[in-house]
Amino acid sequence: MSATFLELSAVSKRFSPRLSLGERIAAALGGDVETRTVHAVDGVSLTIKAGEALGLVGESGCGKTTLGRIAAGSMAPSEGIVRLDGVPVIGPGPHPRKLTTRIQTVFQDPFASLDPRMRIGDIIAEGPIAHGLVSKDAAAALVGEWLGRVGLDPSFASRYPHMFSGGQRQRVAIARALAMKPDILVCDEPVASLDVSIQAQIVNLFLQLRRELGLTMLFISHDLGVVRHICDRVAIMYLGRIVEIGAAEAIYGDPRHPYTRALLDSVPKLVIEDGTNVVFKPIQGELPSPLSPPRGCHFHPRCPIAMDRCRGEIPALKASGTQSAACHLAPT
Amino acid sequence: MTAPLLAVEGLTTEFATKAGILRAVNGVSFEVARGEVMGLVGESGSGKTVTGFSILGLIDPPGRVTGGSVRLDGQELVGLPGGAMRAIRGKRIAMVFQDPAMTLNPVLSIGTQMGLAIRAHANMSEAKARQHMAAVLTRVGIPDAARRLDAFPHQFSGGMRQRVAIAMALLHAPDLIIADEPTTALDVSIQAQILAEVKSLVAETGMAMIWISHDLATVSSLAHRIAVMYAGRIVEQGPAVAVLRQPRHRYTSGLLASLPSRAQPGAELVQIPGAPPSLTALPPGCAFAPRCPRADRACETLPAMTREGQRVHACHHPVEAGEAA
Repeated sequence: MSATFLELSAVSKRFSPRLSLGERIAAALGGDVETRTVHAVDGVSLTIKAGEALGLVGESGCGKTTLGRIAAGSMAPSEGIVRLDGVPVIGPGPHPRKLTTRIQTVFQDPFASLDPRMRIGDIIAEGPIAHGLVSKDAAAALVGEWLGRVGLDPSFASRYPHMFSGGQRQRVAIARALAMKPDILVCDEPVASLDVSIQAQIVNLFLQLRRELGLTMLFISHDLGVVRHICDRVAIMYLGRIVEIGAAEAIYGDPRHPYTRALLDSVPKLVIEDGTNVVFKPIQGELPSPLSPPRGCHFHPRCPIAMDRCRGEIPALKASGTQSAACHLAPT
Repeated sequence: MTAPLLAVEGLTTEFATKAGILRAVNGVSFEVARGEVMGLVGESGSGKTVTGFSILGLIDPPGRVTGGSVRLDGQELVGLPGGAMRAIRGKRIAMVFQDPAMTLNPVLSIGTQMGLAIRAHANMSEAKARQHMAAVLTRVGIPDAARRLDAFPHQFSGGMRQRVAIAMALLHAPDLIIADEPTTALDVSIQAQILAEVKSLVAETGMAMIWISHDLATVSSLAHRIAVMYAGRIVEQGPAVAVLRQPRHRYTSGLLASLPSRAQPGAELVQIPGAPPSLTALPPGCAFAPRCPRADRACETLPAMTREGQRVHACHHPVEAGEAA
């Protein structure tokens, strides 16, 4: 089956600070109240097919975590809708509820995402019991099974999180997400806080679980190397917008958007020739404040090939081959 | 060969903890020549940061440098009284830390803090100091530096703050800068900018640098020499190209082999099993033995440092040329 599975349509998320009473009155009277709104996610549409792993790459503050939370149904978008198999993943209203257990999340920091006062077994079994996926009596067997699957000894179920290293804790967090039998796993920087020698272990675990369970994944990371290794498709995000999306080989082999190109150039590569000759080609300037993003193409102030049109007109994603880039100058 | 700028020999730093004596740095020896960038690579807890702190005499109780020597141009730094050490710290050896948000005082303007750093070691008039500060800030790529002196740290982005921290280290044109994971907290595009900046600084000023990092790729693009630390000891060191191209220690080869860039996308990565040992419960022999595919009875004794030309390694069964890691 390769039908569209998870679909994000024109999703936006704005964060604005609460206005004080005075400001609200002024606004109601038609006054000019300055609202410092952050467009964390700005009109993003994308689809993930069943069994596919989509990598979401961007620098800090680009909105990738917010987009991940919206895709997982744990945060409602300000505009747009997320559907899983055609069904909305989150309810309406001011305090919306997530409507599905088929999407689960693995977070970045396994030291913060596991309750230090709960035993590993209870951490893993809590969700399935609460949702009636397993009876209390059968929970222990379920916990044992998942601990084994993520490479931990089933006897660890009675231990507490502090008795484990970072890599082992991340395995527990993965087991907790998978015990809910999700169809989609949203992983937010799952290897970023791990030691180098442990990262490879967790990357391998993801590869193995994908093979065994046919998992669909949204893999959020700033690490282009890890994403390349795990994902079939990659989306590059800049200041709330997707600037390029497509098959991983295409994005890495022939980047069309100047930001993608610059990002790939910025990644330090292991040099085994005389490293002292390496010339860096850094992107000029810094990420602009999301409070006042540049008009037109958000990347134009840092772009080496920007022209007048880029300053006024937002470029749309244009498809060519297996990839799409949002750049007026992208080759088609 | 001329005498090295910095000679560290058998440096040992211990912390007294409830669980017993924790030897964070365990007989570490290396040298740094003038104008040389030395990459100190290791995972968290391997002792690389404590090594940097020990060199600068920044170890506070319950920690203590219990052995070895650190000589700067022949002058012994271990056991130097506080005042004499302060005259060196910040002037001849400066440090750049990982998190610039923690390094800078949030309630003082950049100019005020840099001024304090200047007057700690030099007599300079206010006007001249400001001129000097602006020049150094410009040197590390801060635009409009003279005006930015009156700005506070929170008005700078993370990358700019790290530039300010580097500028503060540069104020007295030190002989040696110890940089502890200075780009780890930054985004890749900013990291690339800082690396480019540091690279040209080293080339122009001829100062030496110890670049502490867990990231082999970053180190490989900067360092002339590399030392790899594991569980408080240096397990391998030598010219960067040689160590990275033909690692001798199996920890180094394992780390290199596990890099995703070394594998076909989607293929299983070569992984080092297990996790780094606790420093309070080190195995008696080679600390890497429990995770090493080649470990045998011989590894129950501590491997000696074996010298091979410009390289040293501490392994009973070093990786041979042509052998798949």
